[in-house]
Amino acid sequence: MTSEQSRKLIVLVAIWAVLIFAPYWMAPLGGYTALATRVLVLGLAAMSLNFLLGFTGVLSFGHAAWFGLGAYGTGLSLKYLAPSTPLAVLCGILLAGICGALLGMLIVRRRGVYFAMVTIAFGQVFYYIAFQWSSLTGGDDGLRGFARAPIDLGVLKLDILTNANVFYYFVLFCFALAVGVMGFILRSPFGRTMIAIRENERRARFLGIPIERHIWIAFSLSCFFVGFAGALYALVNNFADPRGLHYSQSGDFVMMAVMGGMRSFWGPLLGAAIFVILQDYLSSITVNWMSFVGLLFVLVVLFFPRGLLGFFQRGKA
Amino acid sequence: MTLLLLFNITNGLIVGAFYVLMALGLSLILNLSNVINFAHGGFLVIGGYIAYALSPYVGFWGALLLAPPLTAIIGIVIERVLVRPLYGRDPLYSLLLTFGLAFMIEDGTRFIFGPQGKPFVIPPFLAQPLSNELFFITGYRLFMVAVVIIAIALLFMLLRYTRLGIRIRAGTLDLETVAALGINVRMLRTLNFAVGIFLAGLAGVLAAGQLGLEPTMGTGLLMPSFIAIIVGGIGSLPGTLIGGLLIGVASGVTAVFFPAASEAVIYVMMAIVLLTRPRGLFGEEGMLS
Repeated sequence: MTSEQSRKLIVLVAIWAVLIFAPYWMAPLGGYTALATRVLVLGLAAMSLNFLLGFTGVLSFGHAAWFGLGAYGTGLSLKYLAPSTPLAVLCGILLAGICGALLGMLIVRRRGVYFAMVTIAFGQVFYYIAFQWSSLTGGDDGLRGFARAPIDLGVLKLDILTNANVFYYFVLFCFALAVGVMGFILRSPFGRTMIAIRENERRARFLGIPIERHIWIAFSLSCFFVGFAGALYALVNNFADPRGLHYSQSGDFVMMAVMGGMRSFWGPLLGAAIFVILQDYLSSITVNWMSFVGLLFVLVVLFFPRGLLGFFQRGKA
Repeated sequence: MTLLLLFNITNGLIVGAFYVLMALGLSLILNLSNVINFAHGGFLVIGGYIAYALSPYVGFWGALLLAPPLTAIIGIVIERVLVRPLYGRDPLYSLLLTFGLAFMIEDGTRFIFGPQGKPFVIPPFLAQPLSNELFFITGYRLFMVAVVIIAIALLFMLLRYTRLGIRIRAGTLDLETVAALGINVRMLRTLNFAVGIFLAGLAGVLAAGQLGLEPTMGTGLLMPSFIAIIVGGIGSLPGTLIGGLLIGVASGVTAVFFPAASEAVIYVMMAIVLLTRPRGLFGEEGMLS
């Protein structure tokens, strides 16, 4: 084992140790378990976006739409279909992923700013649908009247509804599953091809790689992952909010990815943790928290464009 | 029925005129500098509130004349200090920066002027309807349309006949060659940005008279302006003009038959255009593909 490999292993063990013991160390520091759950869910969303942004080099500014679709799919399934949490999560993922994959076909032929603009605009479609179709989605008030159902494993029953810690570990399990699959894809030949497209699209095209198809697959996978995060978010709040589909939510996701470090796998999780905790803190001390979040965007772009992890890695080199 | 239809088409054209003013400014900045200016709605708000703050001293006409250039000056300062360092970088960064700026402008306006809407007083003779039958055509609406038409005509003349305009158009096509010919590209980008922000400021003053002032008034106009650009075709200013009017009228007409879909119809139009003409109605092959 080289020193590089052992360093990576140590980092990985440290990350999982921090996540596994979060309910125990957060409370003494003034946090609460539900905050850790939110960090995990939004971190998964930011990592899903970064799967596309950081590893394929394609900027989607409409990922909140798929996130929100995951949330609404889950909520609607719990409310109208059956009180089963796994089924609801599956419905959310499928709704987000399938819609994303279908619209992706229209979107993937664009590049650069055009791609970003078209994703913003298509993302807003779902915001308006959720906003206008009040009879199904509750409109501006959001979708209410559902709650996550306890999971029955036969031998033991997981009470994820009332026990915050059990719910945290359920979300952590889902997070680990999604992140594991994501890491596996990135390490596969397909993942390597994605990075090749990011580094030099023209050269990849000359090598005979079907660029559009690869970007479409990466886009669709990213939609499935972010839909998963959205499904979990509906479970966290027992509520689905149309503002979760709005482009400003997409901007938050991009910000988390950039702030943590787009070029690293775990960067967006760090970005999400900082963003969520900062927003939680700012909105508790001032009504003008929006200004401070905006200022944060400006400062990060001007002074930390490579994100925190990128900043440290450069410092080390 | 005809009257209702006419009413909504007029409404659509007027809303479309706002979209066009916004979208032309966005389009100018996007074409030359590759920056998606998310704060464009914020500049509209700044223009409106400057007019509101000035009007007690200089009256409506003074505010109409002064607010757009003042907004453009604020735009120049922001471009120089914040946007300029980002030109060489991935467009992602300017997008995020202007996104943050939009937050700050909206919240800042709320902080200074309060969250409630403010009325913006227009001269009484403009507020009158022209006839009893066509009650919806007020003098102000006609005046607004006239101002928008004059502004657009001046913009196209600027682009066609002045040295600055010709350079902007040349820079849109090939900025490197323009730079190689010894033209100060940084200055060009700043002036181009200022022209775009001027239009946003003008839209802000006009919108203030029609709809009143609110800190959030820019956000609602931003997304349709994006769609106007996509429908018209990125890189084509006449396309943006037609795209804006088209979606304005389309949403106005839809409001007659199916009010809930008046907002959604512009997205449907965008999807149809992208399916049949992937570069937009007037988009040229090879532009920003």
